Amino acid sequence: MADAPFLLEIDGLHKSFGDLEVLKGVSLRVRPREVIIVIGPSGSGKSTLLRCINRLEEPTRGVIRVDGIELSARGVDLNRARKDIGMVFQAFNLYPHLTALGNVALALRKVLRMSRQEAEARGRRMLERVGLADKASAYPGELSGGQQQRVAIARALALEPKLMLFDEPTSALDPELVGGVLRVMRDLRDEGMTMVVVTHEMSFARDGGDRVLFMDGGEVVEEGPPSTIFRNPAHQRTREFLQRVLHA
Amino acid sequence: MGRLAETFFNAEVIATYLPALLSGFRVTLELAAAVVTLGILLGLALAMLRAFRFRLLNGLIVAFVDVFRTLPQLVVMVFAYFGLPYAGITISAFAAAVLGLALVLAAFAEEAFWAAITAIPRGQWEAARSTGLSFGQALASVVMPQAVRIAIPLLTNRTIAITKGTALASVISVPEILDKAQSAMSISANASPLIVGAGLYLAIFGPFVVASRWLERRYGWII
Repeated sequence: MADAPFLLEIDGLHKSFGDLEVLKGVSLRVRPREVIIVIGPSGSGKSTLLRCINRLEEPTRGVIRVDGIELSARGVDLNRARKDIGMVFQAFNLYPHLTALGNVALALRKVLRMSRQEAEARGRRMLERVGLADKASAYPGELSGGQQQRVAIARALALEPKLMLFDEPTSALDPELVGGVLRVMRDLRDEGMTMVVVTHEMSFARDGGDRVLFMDGGEVVEEGPPSTIFRNPAHQRTREFLQRVLHA
Repeated sequence: MGRLAETFFNAEVIATYLPALLSGFRVTLELAAAVVTLGILLGLALAMLRAFRFRLLNGLIVAFVDVFRTLPQLVVMVFAYFGLPYAGITISAFAAAVLGLALVLAAFAEEAFWAAITAIPRGQWEAARSTGLSFGQALASVVMPQAVRIAIPLLTNRTIAITKGTALASVISVPEILDKAQSAMSISANASPLIVGAGLYLAIFGPFVVASRWLERRYGWII
């Protein structure tokens, strides 16, 4: 399915937590090399959408296909499918008992069954890619938040995923550390990585992606190129949201 | 004064019974080593099994834990030695003592490891699973190394308290320190063997306590 027109297809995705309907029928098509930015107020379902894509959250209804593999199907080999979907979390979630290199190499050894040497060689290349070659033997507790997040990105990249999911990657960072993480994400985009990014970082939303999705109340209210969404939003709700975040 | 020394620190009595007491010392050491190893490993295995959340199995684990946290270790020991033969199962006094103490330690150790497992933030599981690790791999490579560190301060006191219970094995005539000291005491009509016995307990559990403090400092960090 390498020549499938879409790398990610979501159709009619619903997710409820008890009585609370968090996603009310979201559909999305993402082409290879496309970068999608998802914005919206908190509680709008952005993170849940992302977490349904690799099934950290179990969709209530709907179809999710990544590179032609239906992730939402019963009996799908999730562990295998997840190798192709990298995820970066707001809270980094690095393993505190392992070094930066250990964090990056773990899945290479356990999932790809590489030898220690192979895994560490690739791990070092990945750390180099995010500008942290010199921090290979540092533990997460010895790194700044920005460095931790870059290690987390390296950890996800190490499996050579086809799709990268970013769940508010800079929200937990001090302002002066945001730039380094965004730079890595821009490099990734320029290298042709397909990405879905949930973010509150409006500068990145404006110039970092090909398409912006505005979500509110569990629905995609509006989507389009960043220039349209930011300069000429079609919906009142989008206008109100942008007003709030841009002039806060 | 002289009488006191003669009763409690009688060199002649001590010299006579020292070989017997030292053989008891060896048995107590063996008991303690077996109890700690078996109890901790069984507790660890049960906590890891419990993490898989199979309903029936978890019911059994919780029942096991609650029963053996409740029963006095002496009751378990006596039951294993005097009770099991009625079911056609005969085990040595040494094995009964190890079994009694190890099962009780396993119950408490399971609770400590389980508390530690549930204290690991969900994000750790999610990070591991998002990179394709299976549940078991995430448990073994990401969660347990952290959980064990959290469990150490919860475990050390319990382990010392239960392992000291090796002295209870004297009740079922395991030839450990207290058993040797008591028989020496009644034959010699002198309390000196008990003083030596107490010294031997200190020699075993003193380093044990110091080692547990070191373990707590070295690995007992909280995330």
